Amino acid sequence: MMRFMLLFSRQGKLRLQKWYTATAERDKKKMVRELMQVVLARKPKMSSFLEWRDLKIVYKRYASLYFCCAVEEQDNELITLEVIHRFVELLDKYFGSVCELDIIFNFEKAYFILDEFLIGGEIQDTSKKSVLKAIEQADLLQEEDESPRSVLEEMGLA
Amino acid sequence: MALKIVKGSIDRMFDKNLQDLVRGIRNHKEDEAKYISTCIDEIKQELKQDNIAVKSNAVCKLTYLQMLGYDVSWAAFNIVEVMSSSKFTYKRIGYLAASQCFHESTDVIMLTTNQIRKDLSSPNQYDTGVALTGLSCFVTPDLARDLANDIMTLMSHTKPYIRKKAVLIMYKVFLKYPESLRPAFPRMKEKLEDPDPGVQSAAVNVICELARRNPKNYLSLAPLFFKLMTSSTNNWVLIKIIKLFGALTPLEPRLGKKLIEPLTNLIHSRILLCLSSVAVLISLSSGMPNHSASIQGLCIVPRPLSVLSLFIVKYLGLLAMSKILKTHPKSVQSHKDLILQCLDDKDESIRLRALDLLYGMVSKKNLMEIVKKLMLHVDKAEGTTYRDELLTKIIDICSQSNYQYITNFEWYISILVELTRLEGTRHGHLIASQMLDVAIRVKAIRAFAVAQMATLLDNAHLLTGNTQHNGICEVLYAAAWICGEFSEHLEDPMATLEAMLRPKVATLPGHIQAVYVQNAAKLFSTVLRGQEGAPADSKVAQETSQLLIDRLPVFVQSANLEVQERASCILQLVKYIQKLQQKDVEVAEEVTALFAGELNPVAPKAQKKVPVPEGLDLDAWINEPPSGSESEDEGRKTKTKGKAVFAKEESRHTKPRYTEVDEKELAKRREVRKAEQANNPFYIKASPSSQKVYQEAVGVEHIPVVQIDLSVPLKVPGMPMSDQYVKQEEERREKNKADRKKKDKKKRREKGRQRRGDSGPESEEDITPAHMVDIVTEEMPENALPSDDDDKDPNDPHKVCDIQGNLHDGSQVVVSVIFENKCDSFIKSMEFNVMDSLNSKLQRPEGAGPHDSLTVPFQLPPGISNEARFIFSMQSIVMPQKLKGTLTFIVKVSWSCSPQRWLITTMCHLASTRRGRTKVGKMNLESGHVLLIWTRKSKRLRWYYRWREEREIQRWKYPWRI
Repeated sequence: MMRFMLLFSRQGKLRLQKWYTATAERDKKKMVRELMQVVLARKPKMSSFLEWRDLKIVYKRYASLYFCCAVEEQDNELITLEVIHRFVELLDKYFGSVCELDIIFNFEKAYFILDEFLIGGEIQDTSKKSVLKAIEQADLLQEEDESPRSVLEEMGLA
Repeated sequence: MALKIVKGSIDRMFDKNLQDLVRGIRNHKEDEAKYISTCIDEIKQELKQDNIAVKSNAVCKLTYLQMLGYDVSWAAFNIVEVMSSSKFTYKRIGYLAASQCFHESTDVIMLTTNQIRKDLSSPNQYDTGVALTGLSCFVTPDLARDLANDIMTLMSHTKPYIRKKAVLIMYKVFLKYPESLRPAFPRMKEKLEDPDPGVQSAAVNVICELARRNPKNYLSLAPLFFKLMTSSTNNWVLIKIIKLFGALTPLEPRLGKKLIEPLTNLIHSRILLCLSSVAVLISLSSGMPNHSASIQGLCIVPRPLSVLSLFIVKYLGLLAMSKILKTHPKSVQSHKDLILQCLDDKDESIRLRALDLLYGMVSKKNLMEIVKKLMLHVDKAEGTTYRDELLTKIIDICSQSNYQYITNFEWYISILVELTRLEGTRHGHLIASQMLDVAIRVKAIRAFAVAQMATLLDNAHLLTGNTQHNGICEVLYAAAWICGEFSEHLEDPMATLEAMLRPKVATLPGHIQAVYVQNAAKLFSTVLRGQEGAPADSKVAQETSQLLIDRLPVFVQSANLEVQERASCILQLVKYIQKLQQKDVEVAEEVTALFAGELNPVAPKAQKKVPVPEGLDLDAWINEPPSGSESEDEGRKTKTKGKAVFAKEESRHTKPRYTEVDEKELAKRREVRKAEQANNPFYIKASPSSQKVYQEAVGVEHIPVVQIDLSVPLKVPGMPMSDQYVKQEEERREKNKADRKKKDKKKRREKGRQRRGDSGPESEEDITPAHMVDIVTEEMPENALPSDDDDKDPNDPHKVCDIQGNLHDGSQVVVSVIFENKCDSFIKSMEFNVMDSLNSKLQRPEGAGPHDSLTVPFQLPPGISNEARFIFSMQSIVMPQKLKGTLTFIVKVSWSCSPQRWLITTMCHLASTRRGRTKVGKMNLESGHVLLIWTRKSKRLRWYYRWREEREIQRWKYPWRI
């Protein structure tokens, strides 16, 4: 089971964090800070896996963003790497050649995509198509929600 | 109302949305904290409004701020409000915020139960989905209990989208509320054959995770998974299934055999997917027990190697190899070169993994080669931590299992000496202890070791260049000791002696200086012997003495007490010797006698093996304290105690030594003590030999004095090169091989401790050690007890006390035990129990259960001792045996505030045999706050464990001699 996923920039700014086990705020902060230091200090040619505390860390860098997952001892590292890659592909499809700014400004969307892809630290659906379909439909629902509101707003103004 | 709506809408137009917030933060790089605090104030205002759109916008911004590390727990209730909105847009944001911010101690979670339940049963699948997603992050045991049924129904929802989410959530629910597993499991099993692949893989995921925790319960699913494995084409699912089998095979050996074929097929057909092949491999090697793995071992091993070249999986390849190594060391050993290459890798974690592998790979054949490579890396390595790691690994590799793989100890010594050239290592101590160990235990190597150490001492200035923080000077400790102790092997003891007494030595750490001084004296004795033996000028020996007299005062002034003491002792001795020399007395023999005898290493457990002599009383006064003050003391105690009855008794039992000692007993004790000292190898006796020196030396008249040339410098042959030994060794082995071929025809001799190798051009068997190595095992004291119970913790409260009882009338065993209550609590009663076995059975009163214990009416106030007599009536005795029982003390705890006033604290076993008389019945029980002491009635001795602990010396391997 995946314990948590972090996205952070090369400057050490956290862009996304998802914890699959409820953790106290203080511990979260401490772990994030520690892990960022460890990962950012690594050189590009080094392997993507490292052992940290009782967890295995799998990370990969895409442009200026580090995608970093913590999995349990018995989990498969390569499958985690594949999960990261799949998530990036999903983001890419959704935003259309994704960049860091997309994730910064639409961070809630990024979370929604992640939630459709992983749930409780397990892969929910391995098919990119079905994940994207689910998100599109949910977004559609959201827009439907929003359009009557603007009518209401006009009524209020009137 | 309308006005309010209008007002809200206008406000909204001026509100910042999330994008504005992010932009704002980016524009206020300098005063980010200030900007955010104003933003939080705004958000607080927004949360107060009724408009749900405004609120959800605020919550969305809070979620962002939470990620940046700001505390937003104060808004938990507002988040719940947004979650309960009927509109999907807001609900979505509300659940997102909740999943990010809530944890088990968030109290508003309780309020959400009904809301979540409503959402789960919503007709809109996305409402349900969003609720499930949120729940997966913040599910608590309470939520799990309340919602388990709802989620279970969702598992058979019409939409696969909901089904797969529900299946995965169930795993979280199981974790938080394990009782739900049993009712939910049949449905979970059904989902393994769900038509939708997403749901199917979700179910595989969950069951795989469950099985990892408790594989036994899932064996029945094996056939189903077997079918899935052979039919599924989804790699994700396959990997999970294989992992599951990895957990199952150790429990069901037949499964392993069955799996071999499909698994090998998988490896071969998907070799291009290094992903799955390595994953398969790791699970295989970790899960398969030995017997089925033998075939697999062969077909697996080449795979990780083929992928080793890809840097991304190099680490995994090494990981897999280390797992294979445990079961198939041979197949990994052949890939030594690849692993050695990994040592060049830039990534430290890969290098460390490779090092771990090397440790398991060495054999007699390749040890030298591997260590040579490692030495190259030591030179190249940057960063002290990695270099230190290398150093310890080299030493670990060489010294493992009692130097099993070392065939040439000269080579090993030279490796150690080369290692001393490392700068800034922390492991000087480690190297030093290795040098000592090898020099002491491998007799054949001593001459060589001494020569090397002498060189080291001579070049000490190279090692101590930057002394204080340099751990490497520890090596000099070893060097000095070896040179001193085995000085008979020295070529030029005089030069070494001089090297040891250089003024620069005074800058070394104190404990090293002490060794220097002591061993200078040993060297001195050797030098004297050499000089007196030679029929040369008698002045030389005198000059040697003069050298010591000149140099030692530096040490006498040392701030370190030990250095000071040793130096002044030796200085006086040398002065005395010089006096004798001037009278032409031969002193060499006597001086040598000071250091006679072999020093062997002492086994670490030796101290424990020494039995405590009968009658040893460490609490007895050697000299009686003045009787007046004692009685006064006693009186005061009685007063303060208040309870005169108990106090009186206490004084009688715990402090018998005050009153009951008379002259006769003192004399007896003295005798006992002498006998004990004679038996105790660790008691430092007055050395008879040294006494002899002083007594006899007085009368000695003639000392031949030999002139020596002090200007002759020590031969400095440079530091030894271990490489030359590698070459030598190869030649030697070639020669040996040739020799053996001849010998083989004549006779076939089996060498002990050598295994028969079956592969490679030169098998293990062919390599004989260069020296006839005699590895001295550690010494045990003569009167050590052969018992193996020395690993037991003396403070273990649940320990066995062996008591011998008296046999009366052929059917009764009487055991008397004196209990002394050393704790502050009142012992209310005891319970006695015997675990019924085939051989013994306790007859319990009517109506008692088979495991009930018998209450012993025995009360003991704190500080009191009393005798308890247990009489066991035997109904029948068929064979002699030990009676084993348990005594449970029930102690009244006064400090406890809880209504439960009785606490069972300590148990100890009471054993009794049929034979013999009452012997030992005393022990020291400690368990938290309770301390009970069993004392022996006749002598009232304290158990010796305390004594032992105080005096135990953990590894007194290289004792000083006085």
